Amino acid sequence: MKSWDNIAKIALSVNDGTKSALDLVNESLSRIEDAKEYNAIISITKERAIERAQLIDDGVKAGKNMGRLAGVPFIAKDNFLTFGSETTAASNILKGFNAPYQASAIEKLEAEGAICVAKANLDAFAHGASTENSDFMVTKNPHDKTRVPGGSSGGSASSVVLGLAPFSLGTDTGGSIRQPASFSGCVGLKPTYGLVSRSGVVAMASSLDCIGPMTKTVGEASLILDIMSGRDLLDSTTIEKDTLGYVSLDSDLKGKKIGLVKEYFDDSLNKDIKESIENLIIKLKAAGAEIVDISLPILPSALAVYYILCPAEVSSNLSRYDGQRFGYSFDKATDLKESYSESRARGFGKEAKRRIIIGTYVLSSGYYDAYYKKAQLVRTKIVKDFENAFKTVDFLLGPVAPTQAFKIGEKSNDPLAMYLSDVMTVAPNLAGIPSITIPIDMKNELPVAVQLMAAQKQDRSLLGAARKIEELS
Amino acid sequence: MTKVNKYLYKGYMPTIGIECHVQLKTKTKLFAGVDNDARDAAPNTLVSHICFGLPGSLPVLNSEALVLASRAGFALNSRPQNNSHFDRKHYFYPDLPKGYQITQFEAPIILGGKVSISVDGETKDIGITRAHLEEDAGKSSHEAGKDYSVVDLNRAGTPLLEIVSEPDIHSAAEAKAYATELHLLMLFADVSDANLYYGNMRFDVNVSVSKDDKLGTRSETKNLNSFRSVEKAVEYEIKRQVELLEKGEKIVQETRGFDDAKQRTFSQRTKEDANDYRYFPEPDLPPVTLSDEYIDSIEASMPKMPKVWRSSLSKAKLDHAQIELLLESEVESPTVSYLSVIKNYLDNPEKLKKISNWIINIEIPLRKNKPELKVLDDSTRASQYTEVYKLVEAGSLSSNGAQDLIIAILTSDTEISDISKYASEKGLSQNSNQDELSEIIADIIDNNMKAVEDFKAGEVKAIGFLVGQVMKASNGKANPGIAQKIIRDQINSL
Repeated sequence: MKSWDNIAKIALSVNDGTKSALDLVNESLSRIEDAKEYNAIISITKERAIERAQLIDDGVKAGKNMGRLAGVPFIAKDNFLTFGSETTAASNILKGFNAPYQASAIEKLEAEGAICVAKANLDAFAHGASTENSDFMVTKNPHDKTRVPGGSSGGSASSVVLGLAPFSLGTDTGGSIRQPASFSGCVGLKPTYGLVSRSGVVAMASSLDCIGPMTKTVGEASLILDIMSGRDLLDSTTIEKDTLGYVSLDSDLKGKKIGLVKEYFDDSLNKDIKESIENLIIKLKAAGAEIVDISLPILPSALAVYYILCPAEVSSNLSRYDGQRFGYSFDKATDLKESYSESRARGFGKEAKRRIIIGTYVLSSGYYDAYYKKAQLVRTKIVKDFENAFKTVDFLLGPVAPTQAFKIGEKSNDPLAMYLSDVMTVAPNLAGIPSITIPIDMKNELPVAVQLMAAQKQDRSLLGAARKIEELS
Repeated sequence: MTKVNKYLYKGYMPTIGIECHVQLKTKTKLFAGVDNDARDAAPNTLVSHICFGLPGSLPVLNSEALVLASRAGFALNSRPQNNSHFDRKHYFYPDLPKGYQITQFEAPIILGGKVSISVDGETKDIGITRAHLEEDAGKSSHEAGKDYSVVDLNRAGTPLLEIVSEPDIHSAAEAKAYATELHLLMLFADVSDANLYYGNMRFDVNVSVSKDDKLGTRSETKNLNSFRSVEKAVEYEIKRQVELLEKGEKIVQETRGFDDAKQRTFSQRTKEDANDYRYFPEPDLPPVTLSDEYIDSIEASMPKMPKVWRSSLSKAKLDHAQIELLLESEVESPTVSYLSVIKNYLDNPEKLKKISNWIINIEIPLRKNKPELKVLDDSTRASQYTEVYKLVEAGSLSSNGAQDLIIAILTSDTEISDISKYASEKGLSQNSNQDELSEIIADIIDNNMKAVEDFKAGEVKAIGFLVGQVMKASNGKANPGIAQKIIRDQINSL
């Protein structure tokens, strides 16, 4: 596992000419080549990355400031539309798809000089918690090749931990940034819903999807969020960023109230994780934080609500993959119906089909009220309960998942067990609140992490507190 | 039923509801910044990543569509809702790129309303259930003899307002009248080009027949693009359904098409293969919220609607045909307004009638034949008409001369500021100068004593002959009324 300088420092060195963007890109590409056995990367954008690096180096030579991320290589989860290589969402149905436009997040990063060097593996269409649902390959945990890196942003998490690039991008619909960050051992931020534009990111469940950075440190995640966030005319659900931005953070915890979510500390929680968190709590108290127990009785319903709403939106969002305009198309079809059914039957993997079937069912007339509508009601209750909780505490703290990284194949034949991996991460998506994974310990030679949550739009104070936790760990 | 029901067909009561899709004339599409006017565009040239349904593309609502939908709402005697939202309607078809249509299912922008129609001099209100915004699909073409179809996505994403009527219509004539009036309303509200040829308005008619108070099973005939086809499809459906029932057969709920050439409907699909659209709220778009201030400002910008015009123009004694001609002509050309000229005379029925006649008989046909005629602003034209009217009143312009003068003004290359001067320059003025006329008349009397004697003997026609002579001598410029008076005076004083 190789490391990089801090991102801000890299950009500084590129801008002052002491480092060249081209060298950084080449370093990143060669590390990617060396780490092939981890299956973290689906494709590299070598040609375009080198072109962009030369452009940045030329700019620096001409005396220009090339941005806050000048020459910094990064890796995007392969559900971000990017130039330079295919965008597949790790699904056969998008094999061969070359995006004619880029995600807004990518555009913003490029405008600050960042260079996308590769596309990371994921569970196809981000459906999963282990990256085993990729139609192409299984990514391996950087700490133990027999274990999963988590998912669905497993390739992105693994890439950062392996040092393939200074940062990567992930998407989080029910924990897909935070859980792999926890399994693989990096910082993973799911911002407030709407803070980062979803335009140009293959949609999973539109009302839950969030985009966020995966980095080695909280400070770096803050910098990337600062650049990617804000209102985007291409995404009507986006919101303005914090007027103070997200870089110079207040990480003083004195007088801050942190709630321990009772429902997350039940018997299903792994003892090692529990112990690590208890150690952290002692340090937090010493740092002046007030720790209180808090109960959110609605939480056990969150997973059920999630697995109704998410597949409903998935079934709708996947309708456009019909083999008629882009991606895979069954070319032996004799009529339209066969073209549709065969293209989709062959193009989609098992998990996508499972979610399409569940989603179609819960939206069907006669079942809509019993499932979708009721789930929406409970979701509203979850939002309210979190709002109320944040009236009494500044942050909520809990584990990210009940276990550390599990073995490859351990749950892949048991979809329900796999869904349970999301049990601690789905609620923030349903509530639209920001949540961040911070690694705090190593146990059994595997990372242990915590999840810190704050009220909607409190991303700035969340990142401040997260940095303190990082410091204390 | 004790009263004779005029709607009954062979003892069956027809009930009709109409859904109309109106293409709104926004500059860009409903959810994408792409040109909305595809009339002259090559196929698939007005298509962005959003229209194409590419992965990662998101809809962005065009606020102009909200303005136009709100205006349409007022035209329908309704008021836009403060809160509405979009839903997704799912079905697979190659001209529907996303696999779902973004529409308003649960909470439409317009709820309630009514449209007044008039058939055979009887006026009645047709209720409006709702009107909602949605995106149009692309256009599929199936060429005969080819084993493939082609899709043009230029139309995909064009904003539509679907206007749903209550089942208040009971005859083919009423259906046609409703369609015609809806068309006029959309033109007056200025929300659509409303060109039926280009499919800017398309009608779906739901028809059922019944012998009792319970509604019968309905058929829906889709995509009618002319008033005549609306009328004929309803007529055909009523007849077809009654004949089936008379034979003891059942009506199946189905979607039908209309064959223009054969003037008949045909079955397209039955309810059994109907889609379950799986509606749910569109998560990519926030709910639509319109403030009262916003709605009020749109209401304030609404023009006077046909209903109001009809009432004030008929008070001014214009007849039905004239009024309808004026209303239709008003919306035919976007650059010329007749009603804004006429509105200046609402307090003077005589003047209004005269000037309306000029507009109906001269200006409207003239502009129809010569669309290249220059367009003067409404107030200039109003003051020109007023001037002409004054000249006629003063007797210095004959009715014939007035017509010629108006044609001259309308076809002149320059703007005429002094109408009176222009009339004399053109030789159109009438001579009402008593002294000049007296001299001419004295000569005529001297030279036509036979006629004078005849007149004295009671031959009334003789005076006409004498006036004719005066007109001839004055090159037609004498005011015939005044001339006649002077002739009588001079004969009496002989």
